[in-house]
Amino acid sequence: MDKMNKKEYQKYVERKVPKPTYFKNILYAFVVGGIICVFGQIIRNFLLKYGLDEKSVAAGTSIVLIFTGAFLTGIGIYDKIGKIGGAGAAIPITGFANSIVSPAMEFKREGFIFGVAARMFSIAGPVLVYGVGSSVIVGILYLILTKGR
Amino acid sequence: MEYIKVFIVGGLICVIGQIILDTTKLTPAHILVIFLTSGVILGAVGLYEPLVKFAEAGATVPISGFGYALSKGAIEGAKSKGVIGAFLGGLEATAGGVAAAILFGYIMAVVSDPKTKN
Repeated sequence: MDKMNKKEYQKYVERKVPKPTYFKNILYAFVVGGIICVFGQIIRNFLLKYGLDEKSVAAGTSIVLIFTGAFLTGIGIYDKIGKIGGAGAAIPITGFANSIVSPAMEFKREGFIFGVAARMFSIAGPVLVYGVGSSVIVGILYLILTKGR
Repeated sequence: MEYIKVFIVGGLICVIGQIILDTTKLTPAHILVIFLTSGVILGAVGLYEPLVKFAEAGATVPISGFGYALSKGAIEGAKSKGVIGAFLGGLEATAGGVAAAILFGYIMAVVSDPKTKN
């Protein structure tokens, strides 16, 4: 070990680091992500049948999905889905709910303000910052670009 | 047929995320932010809308769909109320989801404990 130079060591490390099983990960992400979206579509069709308008259907679907994601995280099932599905579980809106509940639950002992409430946004916060921030910029850019016409 | 389209498009969006996750050092949190911002941008230039028309929940359930809803709302707000509308529109369109995430997220975090790994 002592006589290894940098390059040899790097090769050694590369050999030791487990290679991610790309194909399996991709397949599972595809299936899990697909199933969650189909579940969303079922909720959507159900709400459409009740004659709700498009805006209420979109909102209702996210509300149900976020509830489901939060609930499954609370009872410990979503983390198992996440282990199998990887990005397939993280990217759907249920994964957003998971990213809120998971750290909040973890840091409960730090109290209800700095523990639960603050940690809820350790991932959701950045998501909202970039999402809402860029959407306002988009709206203003739209005004600037269309005023010129 | 409708569900097949939803499954394939939703699945493929997640596959893109999985490939980024496996080939870079980015974490799921990075992926969420990247996908959301991509949704905002793609929505703004009108590229995400056709995907939503084609695959509905397959495009709106992934977090990029949340970004699309934000930018679509901001543009609609800007159209009807000008600069103030640009500030109102995005959150107005996604208020249900954000409020649900805050309420359900809080309740579930308070009533449940982290599960020990077994």
